[in-house]
Amino acid sequence: MLLSEIKEILNATVLWGEEHLDREVMSACGSDFMSDVLAYVKNQPVLLTGLVNPQVVRTADMVEMCCIIFVRGKVPGENIVKLAEERNIVVMTSPKRMYEACGLLYYNGLRGNCDGND
Amino acid sequence: METIKLVYPVEGGDLIEAGEASSKMKLTLKKLGLPQDVIRRASICMYEGEINMVIHADGGEAQVEVDSDQITIRMMDSGPGIPNVDQAMQEGFSTADSTARELGFGAGMGLPNMKRYSDEMTIDTVVGTGTTVTVKIKIPQ
Repeated sequence: MLLSEIKEILNATVLWGEEHLDREVMSACGSDFMSDVLAYVKNQPVLLTGLVNPQVVRTADMVEMCCIIFVRGKVPGENIVKLAEERNIVVMTSPKRMYEACGLLYYNGLRGNCDGND
Repeated sequence: METIKLVYPVEGGDLIEAGEASSKMKLTLKKLGLPQDVIRRASICMYEGEINMVIHADGGEAQVEVDSDQITIRMMDSGPGIPNVDQAMQEGFSTADSTARELGFGAGMGLPNMKRYSDEMTIDTVVGTGTTVTVKIKIPQ
C-alpha cells in the first residue's frame, strides 16, 4: 500500500513528507507503548500512535520505520516534526481513533506482519 | 579490522531529549556499512539502556567497541544500583515514575528488551555506587 493511499483511507493530513507519499509499505503496527514497539516490531514501517512526544520519533527511527501517523487528531509540535524530518520519516495526523484507524488499514489490505508468536 | 572505540555521554534529567547518543551511534554504524539487522539490534539495546540511565541514574556514559565480529556496548552510570537484578530482569517490573510512563516507557521492558536483542548481556551493579550493563551483538561473517 502506498503512503498516499493510507493518507486517503485515514483522511489524514501530512505534516512532513508530502513528496514521499509514493513509498510503498507492506505492514504497520499500532501502539502507545514505545517499549512494546521496540520489543515486537520488525519490518513494520508504519506506526500508528496516540502518544505525542519526541521519543515516538526516536523509537520509530530505531526500528527503521518510514511513517508515523498520530491518531485521534493529535498534532505534534514543530520540534517533533523536525526530528522526524531529520530522520526522513513521514508524519501524518488522522482524526480517526486508534481502533478505527488500524481496522480501516487492515480491512484495506495492510497487515500486521506478525507471525503469531509475538 | 582495527577495533573502533566510540564514547557517548548520556545527559541526565531530561527524558524528553533522551536517545541522542543512540541516534549518533546508529548513524556511525550505518557509515561503517554494518548489516541492517545488527545496526537495528545494537541501536535498540543502546536506546533502552540510555532511557534507563536517564530515568534511574541521572545519565552516565556509553562506551561502544566495534570489532570485526561483534559490537560491545557498555552503559555505565553512577546511579543507585539495582538491589535485585533477577527482579529487574522480569518483564513488567519497574521502579520508574509516571514521567517515564507518560513517554511510553517505564513498564519494565528496558532490560528484558536489551537481553532480547543482544547475544550476550551482563549486569554489574553495586547498590549506592552504580551500574554497568554490557551487551554484545555478534556480526555475522
